[in-house]
Amino acid sequence: MALLEVSNLDVRFALRQGEVKALRDVSFTLDRGERLGIVGESGAGKSVAAFTILNLIAKPGYIADGSIRFDGRELTTMKPRQLQQIRGNKISMIFQDPMMTLNPVLTIGEQMIECLKAHRRIRSRDAREIALNKLRQVYIPSPERRLDQYPHELSGGMRQRIIIAIALLLDPDVIVADEPTTALDVTIQAEIMELLLELCEKHNVALILITHDLGVVSQVTQRTLVMYAGRVIEQGPTREIINDAQHPYTQGLINALPQMATPGQRLNQIPGSMPSLANTPPGCAFHPRCSFSDDANGERRRDCREVIPTFVRSGNCDVACHMVRELVESRPSESDASDDNSHKHREAL
Amino acid sequence: MSEVLQQPQYHQDGDSAQAGETLLQIRGLEKHFPLSGDFLEQLRFEGGRLKRRQEFVHAINGVDIDVKRGETLCVVGESGCGKSTVARMVMGLLSPSAGEIRYDGQRIDDLNPRQLLPYRRRMQMIFQNPYASLNPRMSIQQTLEEPLRFHHPDWSRQQILDKIGEVMASVGIDPEWGKRFGHEFSGGQRQRIAIARALAVEPEFIVADEPISALDVSIQAQVLNLLMDAQEAHHLTYLFITHDLAVVEHFGTRVVVMYLGRVCEVAETRTLFDRPRHPYTQALMSAIPRLEDDGPDHIKLPGEVPTPVNLPSGCVFHGRCPHANDRCRHEIPQLIEAQGSQVACHAVEEGRI
Repeated sequence: MALLEVSNLDVRFALRQGEVKALRDVSFTLDRGERLGIVGESGAGKSVAAFTILNLIAKPGYIADGSIRFDGRELTTMKPRQLQQIRGNKISMIFQDPMMTLNPVLTIGEQMIECLKAHRRIRSRDAREIALNKLRQVYIPSPERRLDQYPHELSGGMRQRIIIAIALLLDPDVIVADEPTTALDVTIQAEIMELLLELCEKHNVALILITHDLGVVSQVTQRTLVMYAGRVIEQGPTREIINDAQHPYTQGLINALPQMATPGQRLNQIPGSMPSLANTPPGCAFHPRCSFSDDANGERRRDCREVIPTFVRSGNCDVACHMVRELVESRPSESDASDDNSHKHREAL
Repeated sequence: MSEVLQQPQYHQDGDSAQAGETLLQIRGLEKHFPLSGDFLEQLRFEGGRLKRRQEFVHAINGVDIDVKRGETLCVVGESGCGKSTVARMVMGLLSPSAGEIRYDGQRIDDLNPRQLLPYRRRMQMIFQNPYASLNPRMSIQQTLEEPLRFHHPDWSRQQILDKIGEVMASVGIDPEWGKRFGHEFSGGQRQRIAIARALAVEPEFIVADEPISALDVSIQAQVLNLLMDAQEAHHLTYLFITHDLAVVEHFGTRVVVMYLGRVCEVAETRTLFDRPRHPYTQALMSAIPRLEDDGPDHIKLPGEVPTPVNLPSGCVFHGRCPHANDRCRHEIPQLIEAQGSQVACHAVEEGRI
C-alpha cells in the first residue's frame, strides 16, 4: 500500500467574484522513500496541492471533494487534534522563503525545542540534544553556537539548512518541500538539493518536491507530476518525462528551455500564457495554446475544445491528452510501437 | 605564458570594425555605500577618547568592462556580487565612488542631469520586476507616452500616438489595450510593456537587469525571443545582468563573471562554457541543474560569500578556493590573457590549474 494516496482531490476558493477551482481531480500516490516532483508554472496549483496534503487550506478555500489517505488514515475528515499528530510529525514541510519561515524573535534553539515539545513529552535538555544532533546532520558548522543565534544572524543557505533540520526533527515519513531553493543562489541551491537528497536516502524519507525548475526535478526526483491550470496533465518516471514527454504542454515546457535551442537562435516558445483559474477554457485547458490540436482543416479539434481529456497510458506515463490517446489507440501492437509513435508526435513539432 | 595587461584588450573578431567598436568603457569602477549613518552616529567613545569610525559596504572594487557595439554582454554572478550596482551606475542611477564610465568615447559619470539627457535617450533600462517597474496609476498609453514627450518635446500628438502604436505592436501587445492599466496584464505582458517603453525612444544601448527572472519558463522564452528580435531589428547593444547561466549560454556574445565586486573572468560565451578557467567560474558552472543525468559533478565550495564590509585581502575568492596559496592571500590578481579568456587568478597565471 502506498504511504500517501491522494485521489480525485477538488479544492475550491469561494471568492466574491465566484468560485475558483484551484485543484481539479488531482490523484497521485507516494510510496515510502519515494521522491516525487510536482512541476508547473505559477498558477498551476502546485502549492495548493502541497498545502492541501497538510490540510493547511484556510478559508475561503475548502476541499470540495476527494480524499487524502496517509498510512491508511483519512486526513480530510480528521479532527484538528488528531491531525496534529501527523502534521509536523509524520509529514513536515519546507517552505520557499527561509526568512519567512523562521520566527525572527526566537533563537534557532528555542524554535527547535518548541517544535519537539509540541509533539513529544520531552525534557528541555533532551530536546536540545536532539536539536544539536539534527544540526550536525545538515552540516551546520559549530552547531552549539547556532542554537543561541537568531535567524537574522545567518545567511540564506544556512537558514534553509536549519529549516531542513527542523523538518527532520521528528523523523517524519514525508517531507513536502515547496520551492525550497528558489530564493537561493545556484551554488547554494546545488548544496541544499544535494543535502536534501542525501538525507532522504539515508533516513528513507519520502519527498514531494514542488518546483518550476525542470533541471532540479530531473536531478532529484524519481517520479514527476506535471500540472496545468489546476489539473495533473502528465505523470510518470522523471527520466521518461524529461527525455520523451508526451503531453504537448510538457514538451513545450522542456523545449522552451534555453539549453534545448541552438545558441543565438530563437527559443521554442509556447504562445499565450496560463489561463486564470477563475476562467479556464472548456475541454482541455491547454487547447488555446496547443500547437498540435488543429485538425485537417486547420481548426482546433472539437474534442480538445469540448471534452476534458482523461488519462491514457503511454509507455510508463499517464497522459491527459486527446491526441496522445488517439496515437496510443491507433498503435498496431502494444510492444514495440511506443517509440515509433512518440517520434511521429515529436516530428510534428 | 601569460602577460599582465594594464587594460583589458579584447582580440577583435574579423567581422567588421563596427561590430568591434567599444560602445561602453568602464575603468577602475568602485562603489562604496556608507554603512555607519551620519556624522554623529559615527562617533564612539573608545579608551576615553571620542573617535570617528566609518564603515562601508564595498560593493564594487575596481571593475573594468568593455561593451562592444552590437553585442550582448552578460554579467553573471551570485547575489551580492555587484552586478546590479554596475548596471545602475552605467545608467547614472548611482554615482561611482571612483573610476570612470565612457559612453561612445565621452565620459558620462561626472555629467550633470541636463548634460546627461541626450545619453538617457540613447541608453534605456529594463528592470527585473515588471510589477514594480510600471506605475500602477498610469495607463499603458500614459506609460509609453511619458518618455516620448520628455525626449521629443517637439513631436505632435499624432506622431507620439503613431510611435506608441508601433512599439506596442512590435512587442506583441495589441495597441487597442493602451487604455488599460498595468494590473490588468500578466507578468509576461507587463515585461513586454516595459520593453516597449525602453524601445519607444529608439535607444542603441539597453541595460537589462534580470529581465526574465520573475517570469515563468514558457514566458521567459517569449521574452528572450522578443529581446533577440528587437536586437536584430534595431541593432541594439545589450548589457544583460543575470544569474541564470543557461540563459547566458544561449543569449550572450561575451560573459563577465563577477564575485564580490570584482571581475574574475571575461570570455566569449562559447569559450567560457567549453573551458571555464577561474575556479569560481568552474564551481558556478558545475552547480547548474541539468536535464541530463550525466552532468558534471558539483564542485563544492567551502564556506560562504564573505561580507563586502571587510573585504578579504588579496584575491576576494581565496577563502573558498581549493587552489589558493600564500600569494592569493596577499596579492590582488589582475585580469590576464589566458587562451582566449581573461582571468584574474594567480593559479591560472602560474599554470597551477
